[in-house]
Amino acid sequence: MLTPATAQEAAQALRDADGAVRLRGAGTKLDWGRPVDAQAQLSTAKLDAIVEHNEGDLTAVLQAGVPLVAAQERFLSAGQMLALDPPPSEYETIGGIIAAGDSGPLRHRYGAPRDLVLGVQVALPDGSVARAGSKVIKNVAGYDLAKLMSGALGTLGLIVEVSVRLHPHPEATLTAVARGECPQTLAAAAAQIAHRPVEAEGLDLRWEGDTGMVLVRLAGPSARQRGDAVAELLREHGLEVDCRDDDDELWAEQRELQRRPVAVRVSTTPSGLAAVVDAARRHGATVVARAALGLAWLSLPQEDAADAVQHLRRELPTAACVVQGAPEVVRRTVDPWGPVQPPLLELMRRVKERFDPRGVCNPGIFAGGI
Amino acid sequence: MEHRAAARDVRNRVAAEYERPVVDGSLTPQQTPAAGPIAGDHVEPAVDPAAADRVVGALRRICGDEHVFVHRHQLRTYESDGLLQYQVLPRAAVLPGTGEEVAEVVRACYAERVPWVARGSGSGLSGGALPVQDGVLIVLTRLRRILEVDLPNQRIVCEPGVTNSAVSAAVGPTHFYPPDPSSQIVCSIGGNVAENSGGAHCFKYGFTTNYVTGLEVVLADGSVVELGGKALDLPGYDLHGVFVGSEGTLGVATKVTLRVVPVPESARTLVAFFDSPSAAGHAVSEIVGTGVGPGAIEMMDRLSIDASEQMAHAGWPADAGAALLVELDGPLVEIESRFDDVARLCRDAGCSEVRVARDEAEREVFWRMRKAAFPAMGRISSHYYVQDSVIPRTRLPDVLDRIAELSREYGLRVANVFHAGDGNLHPLVCYDGHASGEAERAEELAGAIVLACVELGGSITGEHGVGIDKKRYMPKMFGESDLDAFQKLRCAFDPDGLANPGKVMPTPRLCGEVPGPYRRHPLEVAGLAERF
Repeated sequence: MLTPATAQEAAQALRDADGAVRLRGAGTKLDWGRPVDAQAQLSTAKLDAIVEHNEGDLTAVLQAGVPLVAAQERFLSAGQMLALDPPPSEYETIGGIIAAGDSGPLRHRYGAPRDLVLGVQVALPDGSVARAGSKVIKNVAGYDLAKLMSGALGTLGLIVEVSVRLHPHPEATLTAVARGECPQTLAAAAAQIAHRPVEAEGLDLRWEGDTGMVLVRLAGPSARQRGDAVAELLREHGLEVDCRDDDDELWAEQRELQRRPVAVRVSTTPSGLAAVVDAARRHGATVVARAALGLAWLSLPQEDAADAVQHLRRELPTAACVVQGAPEVVRRTVDPWGPVQPPLLELMRRVKERFDPRGVCNPGIFAGGI
Repeated sequence: MEHRAAARDVRNRVAAEYERPVVDGSLTPQQTPAAGPIAGDHVEPAVDPAAADRVVGALRRICGDEHVFVHRHQLRTYESDGLLQYQVLPRAAVLPGTGEEVAEVVRACYAERVPWVARGSGSGLSGGALPVQDGVLIVLTRLRRILEVDLPNQRIVCEPGVTNSAVSAAVGPTHFYPPDPSSQIVCSIGGNVAENSGGAHCFKYGFTTNYVTGLEVVLADGSVVELGGKALDLPGYDLHGVFVGSEGTLGVATKVTLRVVPVPESARTLVAFFDSPSAAGHAVSEIVGTGVGPGAIEMMDRLSIDASEQMAHAGWPADAGAALLVELDGPLVEIESRFDDVARLCRDAGCSEVRVARDEAEREVFWRMRKAAFPAMGRISSHYYVQDSVIPRTRLPDVLDRIAELSREYGLRVANVFHAGDGNLHPLVCYDGHASGEAERAEELAGAIVLACVELGGSITGEHGVGIDKKRYMPKMFGESDLDAFQKLRCAFDPDGLANPGKVMPTPRLCGEVPGPYRRHPLEVAGLAERF
């Protein structure tokens, strides 16, 4: 295991690598993507400094190996947060979350890692260290390589350091919870809220067994009033609604449900969500969805998971079903990414070839076998 | 290429900077060149004239004679974008009518390896749409169809020539498209995508890049590729994210899918007056830090207030050193409970007066003051140079001190207008283009301000782009290895360097051959050569 302590060391390690290198953070998502055959591993464990926390500017600079929980603790002491809340563990690193493009319920309001990363420093397999973006929240100089690296699963180089935008930690949250037994009704209720200017912190849908719920989280001094108004709207759909002040547990569950032995992220549109829930029911899967974004996570039973993924792809032809975490046997049986259109795949390959012509960085892990 | 440093006619800038035309006829018309070249670091890519001629023939076949311009008097319309210091005549300007025609045009250029530049409305302020001499200019103004309004999914699909305002109009009154450059009634979505445009409301709502979910792009070899789509997180690299803000150097977008959002329930606006911009800057940090997410926070200094008063007549205090315009938008109950906090924070920061817009008419007057700042500068200065740079918000007092110092040093007035929440400055350097050497001094001063921002940890451009105007500052912000990484990306999209060459990157770079994947060149293996 290579554990570089500086960007230069990381770049040299990649340059000197004789074959494939598995790039990793804490290793919480090693079951993502296609299996990688690599002798060497390179970890960001020693790149774990919180380099800057600029409270007044609501920005921070973090090395890739900083655990998210450690960063959040620091930001919370100033009443701030990095608006990323992917499924929780003690270990997940900033670099890993960004490289995986992972996100949680806060995405509804604050966006994905791509939207929060202002700049990036990467170690590239040619031995160079490159920066792109900046430390300020507005910048259009140079190509946005931070977006290129976000979600690339380490196939173009190692994210060594990122600068991120922070937000004030929301005060006084409250969640309206609406329960029902009909996926269409729940999806319609969630869609209605998505089109109302309520400025929710979160807008999620959940389906488990034969029942589901819509969760709408509000924050700020008027959370109670807005929560009551939202509850009223949800009741008009015939749903049973209550408002909870003590709502952290509810949202922790939402995050937890995103991660099961076999998790499939479905990219669709909000109007496609009801069909996703229907399909999930047929396969005995639980569903967590960001209702306004058209993103859903299905937890499939482990048995026959590969078959189920293939069925889902057929049943949801306009959606993209990506396996995010599954035992290796599943990921060897079915392509975790699904198909990529040939012209796009060709362009993606060209990007890979320019950044990593020798195929050092996580080769084969990515969409299209990149 | 001609250089015309002094010819910054204010009226030509109006369309780009102000939502309504200026009818006052007192301004001087288009100036003639009054000063020699300034930015002599721009090297034109060489174009084979015979190849260009063959391409012109192809363009006529593809788009029809009536949509291909080759005569000097026709081409002069397109010789500059919103940055008038530079003019270049292309060999031809072509106005394709469909995305397919765009792809054919690009293929024709590729066949002859003739460089091309895509242009939307030409309101950009960094020379990003400046033609390549003897190359092809692809003008997208005929591609102005809105292809699909999908409100249930909060998406709109349109062609690149659609104006920014037309997008919001198409999804209204329930929804809107938040990025709102001051030029929004004329600027095109394709141009917004190329520049990653911002605007006054992007502090709360984000920039173009946060709203583009999908693109149809014609690459430099004429192939067409779909990047992203209506859905989020499609498998693969975030290439639509990469394309946004790439200033036309990675290809040309022929279809754009945008996210739109519900119109806020209500908006309330106040303006607070301070002795100095530094004091106002303190209020900004307080407001932002407390969790109030204002829809907009804009600041104007004394000089820009003076200028705007002459156009917008708001009757703001004549002794205020700075005005801070704060707009809260969102749910009514939330705004009601936050608005008094904002007024209090302004008073705590030492403001002399708070005015709250009582109705929509007064709110419009406030905004007119802000949006008039650029064009109104023509009332107090015959010429001016617009700068666009960024600092970390907390460094505002430092940068203001530095700008004041530079202003004294150069003997030129500088008016300051800021997107204060973002730390995005728009200093307006006033000068007299008829006074010998003053244009050069103004540009030098503007450059010194950019460098001061970089030294304070900021950026050389927040929303206007690098284009041709700022590429000389790129090495101040990025090192060689950073630029090499940019070039890797560029080479993946456009190995021949045909799409908008000569922009963004400070020095011309070529792409090496990529051998088959995962194989190193023998010279590389031997340590004799490196490629980027």
